[in-house]
Amino acid sequence: MANFIVTRILQSAAVMFFVALICFCLFRYVGDPIVNMVGQETTIEDMEALRQSLGLDKPVLVQFAHFIAGALQGEFGISYRLQRPVSELIAERLPATLELVFVSAIIALTLGISGGLLTGIKRNAWYSRLVLALSLVGVSLPTFVVGILLIYLFAVTLNWLPSFGRGQVVDIGWWSTGLLTVSGWKAIILPAVTLALYQTTLILRIVRAEMLEVRRTDFIKFAWARGLAPRSVYFNHALRNTLIPVITVTGLQIGSLIAFSIITETVFQWPGMGSLFIHAVQFADVPVMAAYLVLVALFFVLINLIVDLLYFAVDPRLRMSAGH
Amino acid sequence: MRCLKKSLLLSAVCIILSGGVAGHAQAENTLRFSNKGDAPTFDPHALNTQDTLMATIQVYDGLVMRNPEMEIVPGLAVSWTNIDPNTWEFRLRENVRFHDGSDFDADDVIFSINRALSETSQMQGYLNSIETVKKVDDHTVRLITKGPNPILLDQLVNVFMMDKEWSEEHGVERPQNFKDQEETFAVRNANGTGAFKLESREPDIETVYVRNPDWWGSETYDHNIDRVVWRPISNLATRVAALLSNEVDLVIDPPLQDLARIDNYPELNVLSTSQIRTIFLGLDVGRDELRNSSVTGENPFQDVRVREAIYRAINIIAIREKIMRGLSMPAGMLIEPPINGYNADWDNNRLEYDPERAAELLQEAGYPDGFTVRLDCPNDRYINDEAICQAVVGMLGRIGIQVNLNSQPKSKHFPLITGRDTDFYMLGWGIPTMDSGFIFDYLFHSDGSWNASGYGTPQLNAKIEKIRSVIDKEERDLLIAEIWEQIVAEMPYIPLHHQMVTWAASSDLNIPVEPNNMPRFYWANFN
Repeated sequence: MANFIVTRILQSAAVMFFVALICFCLFRYVGDPIVNMVGQETTIEDMEALRQSLGLDKPVLVQFAHFIAGALQGEFGISYRLQRPVSELIAERLPATLELVFVSAIIALTLGISGGLLTGIKRNAWYSRLVLALSLVGVSLPTFVVGILLIYLFAVTLNWLPSFGRGQVVDIGWWSTGLLTVSGWKAIILPAVTLALYQTTLILRIVRAEMLEVRRTDFIKFAWARGLAPRSVYFNHALRNTLIPVITVTGLQIGSLIAFSIITETVFQWPGMGSLFIHAVQFADVPVMAAYLVLVALFFVLINLIVDLLYFAVDPRLRMSAGH
Repeated sequence: MRCLKKSLLLSAVCIILSGGVAGHAQAENTLRFSNKGDAPTFDPHALNTQDTLMATIQVYDGLVMRNPEMEIVPGLAVSWTNIDPNTWEFRLRENVRFHDGSDFDADDVIFSINRALSETSQMQGYLNSIETVKKVDDHTVRLITKGPNPILLDQLVNVFMMDKEWSEEHGVERPQNFKDQEETFAVRNANGTGAFKLESREPDIETVYVRNPDWWGSETYDHNIDRVVWRPISNLATRVAALLSNEVDLVIDPPLQDLARIDNYPELNVLSTSQIRTIFLGLDVGRDELRNSSVTGENPFQDVRVREAIYRAINIIAIREKIMRGLSMPAGMLIEPPINGYNADWDNNRLEYDPERAAELLQEAGYPDGFTVRLDCPNDRYINDEAICQAVVGMLGRIGIQVNLNSQPKSKHFPLITGRDTDFYMLGWGIPTMDSGFIFDYLFHSDGSWNASGYGTPQLNAKIEKIRSVIDKEERDLLIAEIWEQIVAEMPYIPLHHQMVTWAASSDLNIPVEPNNMPRFYWANFN
């Protein structure tokens, strides 16, 4: 067991190292950060001086080595655009993204599972067909279109919800939360729904398919034969057995929610890590881009590690073979 | 706690009483402002970029400033005289206080100018004519220049005054050095003498200014804005939505395609004026052979007939109507009316759109079948920049010049220009000093840092250098006119149009639209 964990952690570190390396090789294609850092009146000599003081005149591999050396000490440098330490910026933006992801995961799970059950149990009812048809829309419409549509409906036309921002936030230690104020909740609804839409339809379709599958199995037929109430059959017997793949998929989707949040955050001007990253790309703000990409890689690696460990705990066969 | 309650109660009573006397209680006026992106820093000397200037000019003042008509008027200096061509004496305004309560005096001026001249400052360009700054008494300073400098006042407009004691106390005697790898205090804090105090700042999210009731300019610039909340929104559609749903009062960069719709809302207004920024195409006339062209062994752009053919092939009226939605002014010069050296005769007499004549000119120049060339174009810098370039590609195609369009973000595009690595490119230029000398230095002097055209002769360079130091206005203006005459005839740059500044604002808000696209909140008023 310990052996397994150590191997996985070493592998994860290697993955992150290569992610960082690939990022650095790509950074020179995003443009020259110096252009964005100076006004047009700046002389070429001054631009060169700035380039030298940032170490951007050195070869990519040297810059990469500096980055790794800094990153190992938890030091990611200073943002070219905001002139503040990157680690501080990310720590400030992280709560916004995680809260958005958390709320949309809840929406996706609630709507997805209940919708899946509904369409799985009453598969021929008109409303099941309607839900399925709508879920197709959810899969096929791109996030930014959904976001803009929601803004025009709920912010511009109906004037119920704000079109951008995070509302009023409350600081609890270093964590800033928008979930304790009315304006915070109002502000999170549209972005969370937008971000949850794709995941909802995904979960809905998995639950429905599993439900249809499970309903044909012998133990459900036996449950019917015992004369159990439909409630008990569906929720106590069938639902439990459909949830195993849902849990696996949900775990893996949390990572994509964090990554997908870039677009949602841009549309709603949500002050999370995704919008920080987009601004960094436009500005060629290398330190922020590098730190963000490595952090997202870390999230994926961690989630995968946890999923692997969960399998380990759940599946007795894995434990047996590792025991040898 | 009890004390607090008591004082709250007292002040509530006071408010009610005073309201009773005045007849009505004054509600607080909050101006909610939005644009594409935030300013990187509040340090007034660190970066010489538009966003930084716009953010800091609300909080800091310079010795001189511009009024809404763009004329130089007294700021922290009440008057100035030239004791001799190299010595300027400024009489400082008395009883001016910084936001933290300390006095403004000559020591602060000396400190601020030296700070703006330090190595990590980007304001050096405005001040590099200055030899020293001397204190005469607490409210008089002398600026000694290295040679006569006719545009010193224009350059001082953007150099803001900081408090010496405050800067020393917080260790910000110099603008941030990126080598230090840390944030300095002046990035998110400000202590100026200006119309607004910086109350809170969360970069990219929200910046709040509150009125400075003790501002020296309150009498001259009477405004009723108590708070300004600046929340940048990077997405175009969201920014418009926030405006339409009354979540912001002022947007300075609405997309052109939405203007008609915004104007249809009774509670919104579209305001516009001509901007100090002209968009043009640059041609490399310096090299003997172009980098990306079918013509080898010679450079077609060196022939003035080819340049005229390109000029005449561009239908600027169509670009104005179809791409700019009427919001651009076709240009014959690279400068706009408020700039010293502007001549309406040249600007209005843009060469006529005439594709037949253009084709003839190409034939005369020896390119009857045209040639191919690459056009470098930004796609995130000017209003509809990429669309304009696409239109130019089509128009030049009609006279046989096949253009390959290379459009990319400004962080990729600008290095091509400053690195002189482009044959044919789009560029826009604005003039902070309001004087032609600025554009001559950067775009027409052969050493100009943005002169990728390779244009320039020793004679022209000599004239440009002379302009930098001629004090006599008549003689200087004559020199400027001579240079423009030559440029208009030789067309090293092909002018397209002057951009327009377009703002969308709540109809309750009165605010003068600024040709430099920089709203001054102390010129605003709510009805």
